[in-house]
Amino acid sequence: MDFISSHLLTLILFSPVFAAAIIFIIPREQENLIRWSALVLSCIPLALTISLWFGFDRSLEGFQYQEMAVWYSAINSSYHIGVDGISLTMVLLTAILTPLSILASFSIKDRVKSYMILFFLLEMGMLGVFLALDLLIFFVFWEFGLIPMYFLINQWGSEKGEREIWGGRKIPARTYASFKFMIYTMAGSLGLLLAIQLIGVVSGTFDLPELYKIWPMLEKPLLGLPVSTVKSIAFWAFTLAFAIKVPVWPFHTWLPDAHTEAPTAGSMILAGVLLKLGAYGFLRFVLPLYPAESNYFAGALGFLAVMAIIFGAFASYGQSDFKRLVAYSSVNHMGFVVLGIAAAAHSVGSENANIAMNGAVLQMFNHGLSAAGMFFLVGVIYERTHTRNLNDFGGLFPLIPVYGGILMFTSMASLGLPGLNGFVSEFLVVRGSWPVFTVYTALAMIGLLFTGAYILRGIKQVLHGPLNEQWVGHLSEINTREILVMAPLMVLMLWIGVWPAWILDVINRAVAMLF
Amino acid sequence: MTTETLIWLIPLPPILAFFLIVLFTNRSKALSHTIAIGAALLSWAGSMVVFWRAINTPELGKNPILSPYKWLPIGDGWFNIGVQIDPLSAVTLFFVAWTILMIFIYSVGYQNYGQPEGDHDRPGLPPHGATVTDASGHHHQVPSVEPMYSRFFAFIGLFAFGMYTLVVSDNLLTLFVGWEIMGLCSYLLIGFWYGKPSARVAMIKAFMTTRVGDVFMLLGIAYLYAQTGTLNYRAILYNEETLHTLASTPSGFLGMSTAGLIGLLLFIGAVGKSAQWPLHVWLPDAMEGPTPVSAMIHAATMVSAGVYMSIRVFPLLSAGMHEGGQLTSAMMVMAFIGAFTALFSATIAVAQNDIKRVLAYSTISQLGYMIAALGIGAYVAAAFHLITHAFFKALLFLGSGSVIHGMEHGVLHTGDHIDPQDMFNMGGLRKKMPLTFWTFLIGGFALSGFPLITAGFWSKDEILADAFGHGHWAVFITLAVAALLTAFYTMRQITLTFLGEPRTKAAHHAQETTWTMTLSLVVLAFFAITAGWAGIPEHFPVIGGLVPNWFHEFVGSTLLEHPEGVEFSIWPLLTSLVVALGGLALGWYVYRDIRAEAPDPVEKALGPVHKVLKNKYYFDELYDFLFIKPAFWFAETFTSAWMDRGVIDGFLHRVAQAVGILGNFLRNKIDKRIINEWFGDGIGNSIRQVGQDLRPIQTGKIQQYMMFGLSVLAFSALFFYFFVMRPF
Repeated sequence: MDFISSHLLTLILFSPVFAAAIIFIIPREQENLIRWSALVLSCIPLALTISLWFGFDRSLEGFQYQEMAVWYSAINSSYHIGVDGISLTMVLLTAILTPLSILASFSIKDRVKSYMILFFLLEMGMLGVFLALDLLIFFVFWEFGLIPMYFLINQWGSEKGEREIWGGRKIPARTYASFKFMIYTMAGSLGLLLAIQLIGVVSGTFDLPELYKIWPMLEKPLLGLPVSTVKSIAFWAFTLAFAIKVPVWPFHTWLPDAHTEAPTAGSMILAGVLLKLGAYGFLRFVLPLYPAESNYFAGALGFLAVMAIIFGAFASYGQSDFKRLVAYSSVNHMGFVVLGIAAAAHSVGSENANIAMNGAVLQMFNHGLSAAGMFFLVGVIYERTHTRNLNDFGGLFPLIPVYGGILMFTSMASLGLPGLNGFVSEFLVVRGSWPVFTVYTALAMIGLLFTGAYILRGIKQVLHGPLNEQWVGHLSEINTREILVMAPLMVLMLWIGVWPAWILDVINRAVAMLF
Repeated sequence: MTTETLIWLIPLPPILAFFLIVLFTNRSKALSHTIAIGAALLSWAGSMVVFWRAINTPELGKNPILSPYKWLPIGDGWFNIGVQIDPLSAVTLFFVAWTILMIFIYSVGYQNYGQPEGDHDRPGLPPHGATVTDASGHHHQVPSVEPMYSRFFAFIGLFAFGMYTLVVSDNLLTLFVGWEIMGLCSYLLIGFWYGKPSARVAMIKAFMTTRVGDVFMLLGIAYLYAQTGTLNYRAILYNEETLHTLASTPSGFLGMSTAGLIGLLLFIGAVGKSAQWPLHVWLPDAMEGPTPVSAMIHAATMVSAGVYMSIRVFPLLSAGMHEGGQLTSAMMVMAFIGAFTALFSATIAVAQNDIKRVLAYSTISQLGYMIAALGIGAYVAAAFHLITHAFFKALLFLGSGSVIHGMEHGVLHTGDHIDPQDMFNMGGLRKKMPLTFWTFLIGGFALSGFPLITAGFWSKDEILADAFGHGHWAVFITLAVAALLTAFYTMRQITLTFLGEPRTKAAHHAQETTWTMTLSLVVLAFFAITAGWAGIPEHFPVIGGLVPNWFHEFVGSTLLEHPEGVEFSIWPLLTSLVVALGGLALGWYVYRDIRAEAPDPVEKALGPVHKVLKNKYYFDELYDFLFIKPAFWFAETFTSAWMDRGVIDGFLHRVAQAVGILGNFLRNKIDKRIINEWFGDGIGNSIRQVGQDLRPIQTGKIQQYMMFGLSVLAFSALFFYFFVMRPF
């Protein structure tokens, strides 16, 4: 027990690898055994995370459950991991969504074994990003997560569809999407790696808690450049990498492609967790390491966030592909996260900053729940009808009433209906950013209005209206397994909507201590 | 049980009923409606107890019943939510509880409980009727039970939760929660028969139009919270210091004070919710929903919530104004929008033939009355009209539902496919449906402001008296004209529906509805008369002072400064009498003798104007042209196709293409040509060439090799001798 509690984070981080190893030794023909083992094994990180949640002392400042081991002593980089309230919520989100995604993947028929192994590796990569307290370790996990996702989209993505690139050339849509996802993120990471090295060279360490203390105070010029220039360059390198990942407008076009082409569970994780890596990067690195630059450039970031909110909503409204509609909704919702972060960066130390930041972190968690739910529901209907075109549905409510009810519920959470989770976080962001960026916040309301428009359009085209007779007798109701995927998400959405204090308290304390 | 606990418990039974029905009992119709009505009954009982205790609490306005609770951790403190009952919420709770309970009971009959399952009914469409065979072997078409009966009760349960939450809230945030939950229910219930394309459009229209107001309201809430650090009513609205600060801080927007701008933002929310011009377009279309929904959500409670909220934040709207002084700019906006809406939608109502649409426009018009009343500072009058209106308008809607039901019975019986909601297909129903007739008459007279007896007279008269007394002439005249029109179209409706002779066979075979429906009508009719007696002005001739003006005393004490009653004047009273009686008489006179297939006399009289009225001033077409089509173009073409796919992806593709071209260049021109062909292949080729050139010397003859060896040796020796040893 002592070992477990003193190495809890390492266990959480590498239990997915252990799971992958177990799956590896199961013969590939035993598909059902693989599925069930994967589900059971994916509950190990969840169980450990829950014990972490209860073991975490929310009144303490700084990182807890820290572990430190020698890793790359020549350049002073070490295996240093730990959690605070912000990373804890993100770890919880990852640990919750992974078993659900695996349960959602039971309908995968093709190369189940490789699929599950990749999924566990993906989980490890994401957990590593949230737990790392060393810049190099962080970067390793950051890049590592890309690879399983690339293969999941490239190999298990939707088989139909082509995308025209240039000169009339057409390539399969999933190839296009996986490439775009990979290359775009890598392009952002390049600068990130250089900036990390720059920090390492200048300050002689990659250790985050130490850097928090020394880097913002740093006055030493580098390569003959004044320190402010160096910091600005490094700031933008970080920002660009995270902005692509979030994604902030106008770096968002990889997202609809990747989300649309990924397999259902892949989209759940992409929207649920991977997008949060970018926002988390802002919170963990950009704001604490570059307080002055963040403050200076917050207006620009806020502007981009508002553009994401508005254009994300409009783009979503303009889609005729159900999954693309949901994909664009992520741009819209993550815009609120970034708006909150920008507002907080601009007014550090004020009550507004605290509220905006609370809203941003909670919105990350909430979006993880609702986006994963929405993608899953799109997947459920796609598996049955093999179409995602909104015009092919219509009036399906009488055929699939339970599915309809669940879709309605999840859509409303996504829309930000008071009483469900999305409202709490959006309200906090709006409240926090109103005094800071009044005009931007007012403009963001256009996005909020059209959030309603696209959500209702989705419901209208799928569930309401005259019944499309084509599906009578061909469309089966959502099954128990699928309901089990949705049930925990729905419970959490309602719970956070009605009584958010259980999670917001953890976030609030962490935010108050950090900023 | 303490009153505080009881207030907390009031909203809970309906939400529990919602979850119970959705999750467990949705297959059993009887169980579902029992749970829903039981829940409504519990909430009603709780509300009555709370109301009774509230009116017996001395100085309730100064010491409301409060119970806060920690909800959101923010920084070092907490954001509290809670419940409160002050005089305003007490009287609101009273009418909300009564109307909700009555409408729940009414719904049992309206959704044809106890009737057979329909022949071709399916979920999402209104029931089409069932064929029954009687003892003598005759087939009859009778109304069939609603296929989604349980779902209906679940939804109205959720709605009741939203409304109760809104009423008992002590802060704007939970008020907004209830507000939006009602919005959702309104959406779900307008689209209850979602299979109809018209209902599908109407539900979205309702949600989106009100959402326009809601986003402004959200900004207002955020603004208020940012300025004061709280959203609690007591802390802001009953705190002179805060109000003064807000009123004296400029907002930097059109010279308004912070209080005024916040109030205006909140008021825009009410414009959406209470369907005021220019956001009124959704309410008439909302009549797509089942009639109990129209009565409850779109007449008595939800649309009243907008007015309730405006009354609630009145201290904010009027901050900076002194008794009898200049109206604040926010109030002027309200007075204008309210009065304009009152007249504007009354004119539309004149030209509508659908029995429910007339009532819908009438609702918009009456809500305009209340907003206008608030705009001129008639706080108590607005609240009074809110309550009387809730009773008589719910009554009218339920009555119209009863009429439609009776007509549907006739339609099914005769097999004629006529519109059972078109008033020109009715006539003479007073004999077929006496109870419905008498209650509808009471409701209609209350709406018209029939003197002395009806509740509507007292509340409307108070608004007019206030406008007159404070010299707001424009508002006074507009509202008086609107009142005339109201009486006219109400009597038109009553005459066309109930009086004269049946104009169709269906009307001839119409039938009185079941007791569950008529019971509610009777109860609401009782309040449509008596509710007015709570607020008879003291100086009214003859009967003034016989009963105390309890309403004014009680609700007026909600404000920090108790508002003065207006001086009695005969002119507004005379105006009231003339417009009410005149309008009623005119309506009866014009429509007293309409035959089947006869045109509307007003249509002839008004000519092209009538067409404009009938088409609601073409607002739907205008909005479609101005907002909806451009928005969709902007979404689909501009944002999605042009900007994302064209510009941004185009740019990325160009970069990728350029990299590809560079790669191809490097491969084809550098790698292949220079490195492979010139350098790599070149070296190989030249070595081979050298090898080939050397081939002739590989003759295999040992003597030649010896000669070659010796020559090399000799050269080496000479080289060594001359260059290394350097003998010279």
